[in-house]
Amino acid sequence: MTEFVIEAVNVVKKFGDFTAIENVTLRVPKGCIYGFLGPNGCGKSTMIRVLTGLLSPTSGDITVLGLSMPKQAESLRLKIGYMTQKFSLYDDLSVQENMQFMGQIFGMGSKALSLRINEQLMTYGLDSIRQQRVAGMSGGQRQRLSLACATMHNPELLFLDEPTSAVDPQNRREFWEQLFELSAQGTTILVTTHYMDEAERCHRLAVMESGIIRADGEPDALMRDMGVNIVEVNSPDLRALKKKLLATKAVRSAAQLGVRLRVLIYQDIADPIQWLKTTFPELAQAEMNLARPSLEDVFVCVTGEGRQ
Amino acid sequence: MMSFYRIKAVMVKEIRQLSRDRITFGMVVMIPLIQLLLFGYAINTDVRQIPIAVVDQSQSTAGRVITESVKVTQVVNVVRHFATAEEAEQAIKQGVVRAALILPQDLTQRMVQNRVLGQWIVDGSDTMISSAILALQSMPLTDFDFDIRPKTVKTFEVVLFYNPSRRSAVNIVPGLLGVILTMTMILFTSTAIVRERERGNLELLITTPISPMELMIAKIVPYIFVGLVQVFIILGLGHWIFDVPINGSVAQILFGTLLFISASLSLGLMISTLAKNQLQAMQMTIFILLPSILLSGFMFPYEGMPETAQWISEALPATHFMRLIRGVVLREADLIDLWRDTLWLACFTVVGLFVAAARFKKTLD
Repeated sequence: MTEFVIEAVNVVKKFGDFTAIENVTLRVPKGCIYGFLGPNGCGKSTMIRVLTGLLSPTSGDITVLGLSMPKQAESLRLKIGYMTQKFSLYDDLSVQENMQFMGQIFGMGSKALSLRINEQLMTYGLDSIRQQRVAGMSGGQRQRLSLACATMHNPELLFLDEPTSAVDPQNRREFWEQLFELSAQGTTILVTTHYMDEAERCHRLAVMESGIIRADGEPDALMRDMGVNIVEVNSPDLRALKKKLLATKAVRSAAQLGVRLRVLIYQDIADPIQWLKTTFPELAQAEMNLARPSLEDVFVCVTGEGRQ
Repeated sequence: MMSFYRIKAVMVKEIRQLSRDRITFGMVVMIPLIQLLLFGYAINTDVRQIPIAVVDQSQSTAGRVITESVKVTQVVNVVRHFATAEEAEQAIKQGVVRAALILPQDLTQRMVQNRVLGQWIVDGSDTMISSAILALQSMPLTDFDFDIRPKTVKTFEVVLFYNPSRRSAVNIVPGLLGVILTMTMILFTSTAIVRERERGNLELLITTPISPMELMIAKIVPYIFVGLVQVFIILGLGHWIFDVPINGSVAQILFGTLLFISASLSLGLMISTLAKNQLQAMQMTIFILLPSILLSGFMFPYEGMPETAQWISEALPATHFMRLIRGVVLREADLIDLWRDTLWLACFTVVGLFVAAARFKKTLD
């Protein structure tokens, strides 16, 4: 049986009349990188805050690392690391001073602390700028510092709220390398994102939209079980074609990618290319092929309903 | 469990931040310095050199001598001479002079008959000026009239303790200590928590194991030292520049000011947990600061206030400190003599800390 680090059942969080989280049930197995994928304002950050005990849920049962939230939030603090969406370390302190502060707050003794600081500085490539104040640092450097500070005390569970929203792709890649390293050491990581490529790297994934988890599972399984086939159409006048296709019941969605149109067709149509050719005579000569599903397709498939 | 290790961590952080914030650091020194010089020199209740006019209708030697003896008191400065009382009244109305001395034609005769010699007409709108002139009412004429006029007999002798030369700096400087500490201490801590919130540090801070009480204590301790630096500046300069006597023992002064600094800091922390942003914190600080200047006995004596104002006054830490520090510095009293105020400040600090800690929630709800 899998050991769950986070178990949240039927969680509801309301702010006045607005329901930020609607009846979410979530189980995160130990040691995995669990992603929350969703657009801005879908309740990802609220979910993280509820799970860390910063917000109390309107209803529902939450157990994190065996501790009941939000009642035992204080005991949980020592075991988790948290990286907020907005940079939340001190601008007027240096890299080393920030790490020192976080380490001391978590009660690390001075010897262990200075060892750990050196270790973290090396791991996150901050060694050369250890004396530099945060105020002048780049997005990538800040993000690495945030992660270094969040993991100072070797937390069992790490919450990362849109950690890569302010960094370039290169830094993002390195950042994920470090996450996998942490995961390999047994740390469970819960990360929110609105980047598809990032979501694809997670071991497990929950797609969230307006406070509801629309789908969850391994990224591959999600893509497999989407229930649609994908056809990329290369033909002239894609704009008009897109309109026509969208009016058809069998088409889940259509999106233009450069010179091609990516069409999602429900799987009850056995041979989608043939079907397109027969249903739309203008496509008889068009170049068409089946494409591998992407997470974006999953996202579009599971979230479309709420928007249309 | 209170962890001093965590308190120390936050304290070190606060001190580092403070030392890098040049403007705040400058304020720590400049506020007491400038305020002390301003108040010490400008707020002077010993009124001197009031511009007056003289209407000498007698045109006699006696008239000139009296005018001279009024001049040498240095209370007034004769800037105009008029022929009639009407002209003098007009000058007062226009604000050219604040008062006029009218000496009648029969001046010499009045002297012999031992009657009132002349009349002052005074712009009474400023009570400080009118009382300065009222004091001249029975001034002796030094040069010549003692033989003729009998000395007026005083009903009482008055002995002035602690400030015999009646210099206002003696009373103002210790009081100023209260005002400046109120201003800077409340200002620094009132922004302490809101600043963390505004800069986004708070969300991280509340996911750490630090307890509200640890945070509150760690936030005020560094500023206690800042307060002591200011005490040193104000009392030191007050002593060297304005000759304010330091009669009480240094230990008593130190302990008294420590109490007040802590009380002000915890008041600032309470504000900080109430305010939504730094601007609000600043406004609330002014809200406390104004009555602390006006009602604490710094500017106007407590005894003269209406009862309601006295209640407000009693609620302000500055009032209690005003009594305490004037007592210790000028009257050589000790904190035990003034135990009511000592106890009140101590209680205020403790209650303030608990209220601030209770109001500081480690959640975002």
